[in-house]
Amino acid sequence: MSDLKTQIIAQLNLQDTKPEDIGDDQSLFVEGLGLDSIDALELIVLLQQQYKIKLSNAEDGPKVFKTVRTMAEYITAHQAQNA
Amino acid sequence: MYIRATGNISPQKTFGHQPLVDAVAYTGNRLACIEPDYKDFIDPKQIRRMSRIIRMGVAAAMECLQEAGVKVPDAIITGTAYGCLEDTNSFLSKMVEFNEELLTPTSFIQSTHNTIGAQIGLMLQCNNYNNAFVHRGFSFESALLDGIMLLKENDAANVLVGAIDEITNTSHTILNRLGLYKQGPVSNLDIYKTKTKGTIAGEGAAFFLVANEPSATDYAKLDGLHTFYKPEGIDEIEKQIASFLEKHLVSIADIDLIITGKNGDAGEDKIYEQLGQTVFNAKEVINYKHLCGEYPTAAAFAMWLAAVAIKSGELPAALNYTGSADKKINRILIYNHYQGIHHSLSLLSAC
Amino acid sequence: MLNNNEPVFVAGTGIISAIGNNVAECLDALENGRAGMGQMRYLHSAHGNRLPVAEVKLSNDELAQLAGLPNIKSRTALLSLVAAKEALATADIENIKDLRTGFISATSVGGMDKTENFFTGFLSDNSKGKLRDVINHECGSVTELVADALGIKDYITTISTACSSSANAIFLGARLIRNNIVDVVVAGGTDSMARFTLNGFNTLMIVDEQFCQPFDENRRGLNLGEGAGYVVLVSDKVAATLKNKPTIILSGYCNANDAYHQTASSPDGIGSYLAMNGALKKAGLKPEDIDYINLHGTGTQNNDIAEGTAIKRLFDPHYPKMSSTKTFTGHTLGASGGIEAVFSVLALQHGIIFPNLRLQTPMVDLPFVPERELVKNVEVKHVLSNSFGFGGNCSSLIFSKLE
Repeated sequence: MSDLKTQIIAQLNLQDTKPEDIGDDQSLFVEGLGLDSIDALELIVLLQQQYKIKLSNAEDGPKVFKTVRTMAEYITAHQAQNA
Repeated sequence: MYIRATGNISPQKTFGHQPLVDAVAYTGNRLACIEPDYKDFIDPKQIRRMSRIIRMGVAAAMECLQEAGVKVPDAIITGTAYGCLEDTNSFLSKMVEFNEELLTPTSFIQSTHNTIGAQIGLMLQCNNYNNAFVHRGFSFESALLDGIMLLKENDAANVLVGAIDEITNTSHTILNRLGLYKQGPVSNLDIYKTKTKGTIAGEGAAFFLVANEPSATDYAKLDGLHTFYKPEGIDEIEKQIASFLEKHLVSIADIDLIITGKNGDAGEDKIYEQLGQTVFNAKEVINYKHLCGEYPTAAAFAMWLAAVAIKSGELPAALNYTGSADKKINRILIYNHYQGIHHSLSLLSAC
Repeated sequence: MLNNNEPVFVAGTGIISAIGNNVAECLDALENGRAGMGQMRYLHSAHGNRLPVAEVKLSNDELAQLAGLPNIKSRTALLSLVAAKEALATADIENIKDLRTGFISATSVGGMDKTENFFTGFLSDNSKGKLRDVINHECGSVTELVADALGIKDYITTISTACSSSANAIFLGARLIRNNIVDVVVAGGTDSMARFTLNGFNTLMIVDEQFCQPFDENRRGLNLGEGAGYVVLVSDKVAATLKNKPTIILSGYCNANDAYHQTASSPDGIGSYLAMNGALKKAGLKPEDIDYINLHGTGTQNNDIAEGTAIKRLFDPHYPKMSSTKTFTGHTLGASGGIEAVFSVLALQHGIIFPNLRLQTPMVDLPFVPERELVKNVEVKHVLSNSFGFGGNCSSLIFSKLE
């Protein structure tokens, strides 16, 4: 999950944020990290680029990108599928 | 109408409203802005998506509003010839490189020409008029005219007007190939001495708060603004200048100082030299592009310089100007042309 | 000097879009329900087979021929020239040479269609890429190509506020007349298809893979289009000298900012509300005076609910007839305000309301439904045209027919 946090920080250019600043279960959007709809689209590309996972329906975004943990679980589940 | 406040990020130490004591010298044909610490002006959460030009524009705008003591202006109007080049370049490069796959939206949405004005509006939660002009060497003047009209129409009591253009590695390379800039070693402080083709590249973000009503801390009155496009020759330029002055009921004798847009390009400077022998003959004339370089919205730097000079009654020390030794500068005419195509005249006077 | 109440007349109109190369062809397509979307033919994109687009059905060479200027290569400029020429021709101002004339054009892509070609070579080697492909990259450069071809030089400028660009250009034109800076102004906008914008909107996941369905509960996004639309605006004084005295005026206009997000509209559509309300005030009209709203209606989830919510707040319970003509032309971005201004004028001139094509399931959260069929022989006195863009830039224009 630490790798994933580093990737999120890089993709979203979260300046002055360190991986340890993001809690595994901290909400990424709104009241948590304060991300928005554009960030969700950036995260979709991150999944595609880093993990070869294609999230074709943007409406799944809020569920998948709720926290770092939900993202990690989604990645694990879909990598298993791909393998 | 009155210039109440300014904010200027340029290749000189213009940000922060400190007196401009020394001119910063550069070697080479590219001048880059001296940027402030943006943390003082922009929330880190908002800054992460902003490319350099957006940060410069937003910071210059914020400094201007702070000086004016205005929280939310009645209108925000920007002028930029090139727009957000770095974002455009970033999206375009990735699109070509990855063959239209795996692209992300951030640089695309930030590349829009009205991004800077939009970001300022967003930060201020300002629902008022917001417009962006993108017409080459007229971008700044178009924005300013829009602001002047809004004030006259009583649809605004104060308007934030700004001009922003950046030079990037890519745009510098392309414009260099197009022959815009001097080749070989050159110093910005010596450009008027060279007799060669080409100028030096510049950039900047200059904002003004213009208002209908005077205030105790105004810089200057903006008495007139006029633009003309592709004049037929020097005769038409002289006529345009004459009728501009006549319209504003001043004679050339009333002008204490003329600021012209000489940029060191032997061909483009000919117009200024010809005028020096006719309408501007025996007048005090200074230039400014050795300080900020040449770019389509450079006239905004000249307006800043004129505003500062009128407020203090003299030119900043960095100009090494001795003509005002015995006389306060009360009225300034700015005449600028961009590539011989876009010509503009502005008249400023003491309040 | 300023005459804030001077009527500004629409003396001429010109259009080129996916549904026709001039006003008459576009009107025919609007009356007969012919949409302009289809498979990509002129733009070369990796998404060519997946994303339908609303292209003008002419190649660049054919456009240059139509415009009468074979030397102009920029598609954006060619579209602009064709439409602006038509607008000037229909205005038929005999003594235009003696009048102060302006050209206010809007565009979001400028010469990007050619810059894309340049970059392919340039990225491999910075000394490569044909410079002639990049010299007209700037938006203003496109405007000047056209202004020079039209012989207009008294006042020229370019506006770029994304999808509201040409609405802003049109009302700036009216203000220039009221401020006595020009007597005649050709105002509107142009945009050509470009891979840059197509891919940009694609990254936002708001491009519909089918033909778009604005204001439908199951809408999926927008279709990109291209084209140009211009009106010729004249002062009261000039209008009086014309053989056919114009009867349509630009009565109201307003720009407001949503100040919510760089791309997304606020849920309550505050920017849209303020723009529409401001335009009504400027025109001295009440909501119930409006007979037709030409919606921004892009077909994205976000736009249509924001726009619809703002309309509900302002118009309830007096809903005028409405439709999104983007169901015909696609979203032509910087040109849309110009094209839809001409459509608004057509609605006034002909007493017709255009259909909102492909509307199947009305949006459940809105108490009104746009027109599904063409409405003919109705009294149309006041039309409101909406254009909303990135950066929260919201503009509304009102065109009115004089008695």
